[in-house]
Amino acid sequence: MLSRVADSLYWMSRYLERAENTVRQLDVTMGLMLDTGGASEIERWQRLVNALGKPAGLEWNGSLEAMAHRLIFDNLNHAAVTFCVNGARENARQVREEISTEQWQRLNRLYHQIHSPQAETQFSASIGDALASIIDGIHLFKGVSNTTMIHGHGFQFMRLGRYLERAYATATLLEVYQPVLFHPQEREHEGYQYLELVGLLRCCTSFEAYCQVYTADVSSARILEFLLLNGDFPHAIRYCIDSIRDVIDSIQRTGGRRPPAELISGIGRLHAMLDFTTIGEILHGDTSEFLHNIREQCLRIHELIYRYYVHYSIQSALAS
Amino acid sequence: MSAASSLPLDALFGEYPLDAAFDEMRAPAGEVRSHYRALAETLAGLPPDELQRRKQSADLSFLTQGITFTVYGRDEGTERIFPYDLLPRLITAAEWERVERGLTQRITALNLFLRDVYSEARILDDKVVPRELVYSCKHYRRQMRGLQVPRNVYIAVVGSDLLRLNSGEFVVLEDNLRVPSGVSYMLTNRRVMKRTFPQLFSSYGVRPIEHYPQLLLATLRSLAPEGQLEPNIVLLTPGVFNSAYFEHTYLARQMGIDLVEGRDLVTHDNIVYMRTTDGLKRVDVIYRRVDDDFSDPLVFRADSSLGCAGLFNAYRAGNVTVTNAFGTGLADDKAVYAYVPKMIKYYLDEDPILNNVETFLLSDELERKHVLANLDKLVVKAVGESGGYGMLIGPHSTEAQRAEFARAIEANPRNYIAQPTLAFSRAPCLIDNHLEPRHVDLRPYILFGDKVNIVPGGLTRVALEKGSLVVNSSQGGGSKDTWVLE
Repeated sequence: MLSRVADSLYWMSRYLERAENTVRQLDVTMGLMLDTGGASEIERWQRLVNALGKPAGLEWNGSLEAMAHRLIFDNLNHAAVTFCVNGARENARQVREEISTEQWQRLNRLYHQIHSPQAETQFSASIGDALASIIDGIHLFKGVSNTTMIHGHGFQFMRLGRYLERAYATATLLEVYQPVLFHPQEREHEGYQYLELVGLLRCCTSFEAYCQVYTADVSSARILEFLLLNGDFPHAIRYCIDSIRDVIDSIQRTGGRRPPAELISGIGRLHAMLDFTTIGEILHGDTSEFLHNIREQCLRIHELIYRYYVHYSIQSALAS
Repeated sequence: MSAASSLPLDALFGEYPLDAAFDEMRAPAGEVRSHYRALAETLAGLPPDELQRRKQSADLSFLTQGITFTVYGRDEGTERIFPYDLLPRLITAAEWERVERGLTQRITALNLFLRDVYSEARILDDKVVPRELVYSCKHYRRQMRGLQVPRNVYIAVVGSDLLRLNSGEFVVLEDNLRVPSGVSYMLTNRRVMKRTFPQLFSSYGVRPIEHYPQLLLATLRSLAPEGQLEPNIVLLTPGVFNSAYFEHTYLARQMGIDLVEGRDLVTHDNIVYMRTTDGLKRVDVIYRRVDDDFSDPLVFRADSSLGCAGLFNAYRAGNVTVTNAFGTGLADDKAVYAYVPKMIKYYLDEDPILNNVETFLLSDELERKHVLANLDKLVVKAVGESGGYGMLIGPHSTEAQRAEFARAIEANPRNYIAQPTLAFSRAPCLIDNHLEPRHVDLRPYILFGDKVNIVPGGLTRVALEKGSLVVNSSQGGGSKDTWVLE
């Protein structure tokens, strides 16, 4: 597959994953703000901005509606949903011959929907409905991608984009939630802490999955264990890294080249780190450092993938 | 409309003026031509709103298939469907047979001309075509001199524009030998028409065109460098901002080949590679949809980033086939066009089967005087332009426009030609709920590899505006499906 095409598919998928993550976190944050007994609005908003990677231009101005509007519709803000959807569509447009007509139509519809005047009307009527319809659009796209596209190299690069983005975003989110998880503020009612913890799970669309594994008995350590080390739940970091390893295996099997040792060992190291660590060890050590380390390794894997599959030098390619 | 009254056609025809121009559907007296009768009867037999309903369903089909082009100017870029007309244009087997023979003859001669001019240039020595005409052409590429082209094929993909005159005779208006486009509309029109008029289609016995992508692929394969049994064939596009980008993606998908941009290609030791996730992969054949000027910044325009540096040298070394070859625009120069009948005589010793339109060369002093005196009756065209740009249509022009062209002609006579304003043929189109005649041309697509292949029909382009003579899609033209009958 052409490197440029792989690059476009990777980013198309990565942008959509980012948009979905933003919408979900915004939704959860707005829900938590309804309970005024917990943290203040400004604290919660700042936590959301931090979890999204501290994009500029999102300083709290006192109006939740105005802030939410900016986070969805501000074309110029790199964290905004429209910005991500535009990016995904622009990438899709350049590889129109590689993706299926169904994929193109769903993505195109999402794009037109979010840019239509009706989107604003819906937003002012009910922000929740507006967020839900964006998520619906993204889910439809993912569904037809699974069922109408050849599961070849292009599909694998889409998976790479999705899982790297997700692993990175989840690690960031957990890092930001550290204080909430382990240093709860003294409060009159313990109900507020419960809401915070469930909110964290909902940010990763994982509350129900968590309950199936641990029952509704939510505790900080278990949440961390679930979102970090579960191998069966698609939003857990270990699952994401498993998938990335799987993708590289699959690309290697169907292509002719063997990936460089650097890339294999880079992914393998992160994989082993999640495979052979217990939650006790993580909590006993420096948890923040552990999460930070995961993010660093994700960045490194992205870089290696680019250096090997997309932006390789001609000399190195001719030599091999 | 006496003869037509045997059919309930009056309501259908509405205002349908007949004049000197050849009407594809109706003879001068008004009766429907025999091969159009089944179509007329079907239309007349439909309930009043049925045509509109089918039109809407066809519209939807174009839209959902994504057969759209982008209208620029708004910051979001709206996408519209390519304008088309619902009624097919019919061509009888006998008419087509002549067109096919004529085009084969013409393309063969044009290819021999290109080969000759870029090697021995006998035709110039023999003074059949004036030397200065060739060497002053802006599409002449001196870099092509003495270069061995695979199988001696310069023009593998051609789209020639034909018109039908008052007498019913087809003539050639121009040849597009560089990067002719529109074939994707021919193919998608057919798909939609089969769905819109299934019974009519099968009752007519229409010759198929759907195998065009396969023929194109076979043509490209036949031109691969010697010894490449499984050549890697790619389509080179200028990219997503090109107005024909839809067609590029469509053809690449239909042929199952990679769609590459200049930035995907690199050359090393005169071999062209594309960058893949699996490393560099050698490219053997390039179906080029990028103009000469932009193809290789080392040889042509240095400021182009659409092409691939080193491509021309790899081509010259015979390591990659690029088609169409460079410099083929020489033979579709509108002034060189005037000499095509002489080329046919010179190379093939035959009389042309398809005639040219009468053309005045403005570098000739006598002809120039005649043209300048009659600007209000003639069509003047810049020789190197296409797409309906750089044109003066005398009868529809203003005094000021004519004065401007007269000045331009005096300043650079070699750059212009003039032709009589042609009353070319008209075909019925669905306008609101009835039929009205609109001017049409015909662009058949000719493939030239091992041999000349022409899919029956081609793209019928329609000047959808009433009275308009301009069929180019950039200027309000649309298209029709073209049915060549068994």
